[in-house]
Amino acid sequence: MTALAIKRRYQLRVAVAMAVYLVSLFGANYLIGQGLIGGAFAWALALLPGLATAGLFYAIGMLIVEQKDEFQRMLLVRMNLIAAGFAMSMASIWGFLESFALVDHANAYLIVVAWAVGQLLGGLSNRMTHGTWGACW
Amino acid sequence: MKNRLRVLRAEREWSQQQLADALEVSRQSVNAIETGKYDPSLPLAFRIADLFGMTIEDIFLRD
Repeated sequence: MTALAIKRRYQLRVAVAMAVYLVSLFGANYLIGQGLIGGAFAWALALLPGLATAGLFYAIGMLIVEQKDEFQRMLLVRMNLIAAGFAMSMASIWGFLESFALVDHANAYLIVVAWAVGQLLGGLSNRMTHGTWGACW
Repeated sequence: MKNRLRVLRAEREWSQQQLADALEVSRQSVNAIETGKYDPSLPLAFRIADLFGMTIEDIFLRD
């Protein structure tokens, strides 16, 4: 598989995950918010945005697995380790601040936003130490 | 680890992209190896050595 084909597969997986995320989120907001569905249907629909986000992580994992260029794979792993570390650190710091009532409650899914910021930091770190942001930038 | 990749490439008048294409890696990979920011795996080092018709020790030098 060529580098372009690997990138296209990654972009397709991300696009599908994001499409499911947006449709299910808006759908759940409307249908559950208006009380139009409940019970098992509400559970199923409410699970979908989170599962779609899991699809995003699957796409990144597959990009790492399918990447044939060892240097680019190392950059990807490096970037995502930094992103995971940053997200976990933010979750931990915020969690303790919240438990001492020093900050407002933050929904758990915001960890993914912190992870996205961590990806940017990881890419920046790659650029500074290895001269390039990495394959998916 | 030091290497002579940039010199060997220049002797053959290859661009980084041409060398990257021959090795089936990205141009950024070639640049990172040439500038010493990345040490290739043994399989990639063998591919580089085979491409130049040399041994790994002729291209990659101990610090």
